[in-house]
Amino acid sequence: MTASEASQGPMSSAITDATLAELAEIAARYPEARSGLLPMLHLVQSAQGRITPEGIQACADLLGITAAEVSGVATFYTMYKRRPVGDFHVGVCTNTLCAVMGGDLIFERLKQHLDVGNDEVAERRPGDQATVSLEHVECNAACDYAPVVMVNWEFMDNQTPTSATDLVDDLRAGVEVSSTRGPRLCTWREAERVLAGFDDGRADDGPAAGAASLAGLEIARENDWSAPRADGEEAAR
Amino acid sequence: MTDTLTPVLTANWGDDRSWSLAAYEARGGYGALRKALTELQPDDVITMVKDSGLRGRGGAGFPTGMKWSFIPQDLPKPKYLVVNADESEPGTCKDIPLMMASPHTLVEGVILSAYAIRANHAFIYVRGEVLHVIRRLQNAVREAYAAGHLGKDVHGSGYDLDLVIHAGAGAYICGEETALLDSLEGRRGQPRLRPPFPAVAGLYASPTVINNVESIASVPAIVANGAEWFSAMGTEKSKGHVIYSLSGHVKRPGQYEAPLGITLRELLDLGGGIREGHELKFWTPGGSSTPLLTAEHLDMPLDYESVGAAGSMLGTRALQIFDETTCVVRAVLRWTEFYKHESCGKCTPCREGTWWLVQNLAKMEAGTIAPEDGEKMLALLLDQCDNILGRSFCALGDGATSPITSSIQYFREEYLAHLTNRGCPFDPVASTLFAAEGASV
Repeated sequence: MTASEASQGPMSSAITDATLAELAEIAARYPEARSGLLPMLHLVQSAQGRITPEGIQACADLLGITAAEVSGVATFYTMYKRRPVGDFHVGVCTNTLCAVMGGDLIFERLKQHLDVGNDEVAERRPGDQATVSLEHVECNAACDYAPVVMVNWEFMDNQTPTSATDLVDDLRAGVEVSSTRGPRLCTWREAERVLAGFDDGRADDGPAAGAASLAGLEIARENDWSAPRADGEEAAR
Repeated sequence: MTDTLTPVLTANWGDDRSWSLAAYEARGGYGALRKALTELQPDDVITMVKDSGLRGRGGAGFPTGMKWSFIPQDLPKPKYLVVNADESEPGTCKDIPLMMASPHTLVEGVILSAYAIRANHAFIYVRGEVLHVIRRLQNAVREAYAAGHLGKDVHGSGYDLDLVIHAGAGAYICGEETALLDSLEGRRGQPRLRPPFPAVAGLYASPTVINNVESIASVPAIVANGAEWFSAMGTEKSKGHVIYSLSGHVKRPGQYEAPLGITLRELLDLGGGIREGHELKFWTPGGSSTPLLTAEHLDMPLDYESVGAAGSMLGTRALQIFDETTCVVRAVLRWTEFYKHESCGKCTPCREGTWWLVQNLAKMEAGTIAPEDGEKMLALLLDQCDNILGRSFCALGDGATSPITSSIQYFREEYLAHLTNRGCPFDPVASTLFAAEGASV
């Protein structure tokens, strides 16, 4: 689906039979069906654009638990959204390290640039090909690439206020953007489908590692350093 | 003499398509699995890991082999292996690049570890906010099934194993192992009372081993090369290779795999030091939940015992480096806001206490307290910390107090300066990486 179709898709209509079948498929991956609830809720977000009452009820019916129990889970985790997000959900890390290195300024600049507050969707302007929402996120385990911005949970490493505003401008204009350590960015709803465990065929896109991940390995190579050899055999793997 | 850096887990990260089964096997990958299935009984694998001295890499440092031996093998219940890939501790960034670049190292480790504890079901619980890492894990599991490394009767051994990649949904608390189990059972991620420990009653009230990604990923090389090979690296009580993650105001941030016991000074020397024209002010040895250290600790060996003796914890070797442009009060307030946001709400000291801490720290940072009341406020903050530390249900509450108590210990005057200055005396732009860009908002 295109970004535009994704944002205009059904927001709280009935769950389709195809989705119901996939929800059941997720539950069947586990020794006990309820273990599937988190990925099932990811699939609800992919199908419906957010956590809907219909989606909650469908999960409850499939698992034989109450809608209140499903709601209790859905409201506990920050990735589950009860209001729609943009086609591209932009998360700026403002935990201490990224904040100090520039994340706070990036977040402030983006709020002004998009004219939104935290966890809000920027207004779609005439000619925009896609919508963007903004949120500040906690540490995303990429501190060696600080300041870090996530788009639909893909890494955008080493950002500045200028690169971040360029990024959201490109996303809104429909320009193809790739993660700095991953594939071309997909929509939020497409991403949620992968989180539910359904392959999108993009695992082989992007590099194995970014430059920071390889820092120590490169220094070891320059100095011919390695782990000891085992019993005089070939070097340790 | 062991080399300064010893890439084992990171050794193949620069390889072409290193994440693929073909690239992993080209380096001898899954050789340890074939060796185990043909030459080793499950108990032999446990003994090897015990003898290696491998200790948990997720922060606590508990001996991995001993954890495995706690699984009661005489119970009729199924046994489970769960990998904690919910890497979320601020500063910690080692498991994510490992799973991105070499997911098969982890998958092979899972198979060996599950074989050792006689589990037929294993799970990798990975945080949801890392889409491409999840793709790579899912792809590696598909490849491993197709190659016969997973599934029924693995390589004709009669051993069955199923492995599920499970994406979380955004909750730091799920890195706590019993909260992770509740989350994996499809519930709110809240910690459980112990005992019973997961080894006896874990997932589905069955015997369960939960290990960090790096711990499990260390197993294939131990099985391939032997316990003595592993224990020849490191210090007397902290053995083996480990990933150190350098971040912050350093010239060359990144992942450095070395024997346990390297010092921060050595690591900084390798990485070109603190950024030009600046000096080290404070750092965390293992994430924000480990008490801050300063330049006086530069020559302390980064092993479990030495960091503990200095009043902190080795944690996840998440070395967050801050130079003199950084306001320690701002840094600590931000971490405290994080703990407040991530507190699961189950116990009162953490749920309420983290809110009180944020309120008081915010007043301190804004300088809205009279300077003569500064000492009183610091005493109040320490008293609140004392009412959380050791009185919370799990380690999240304890961790929330670490940055506060340690920063007051080392930087008391800087706290008080916020009051005499009627606000923060630091320019936040000076600490950014792009001050030259004209970083005004």
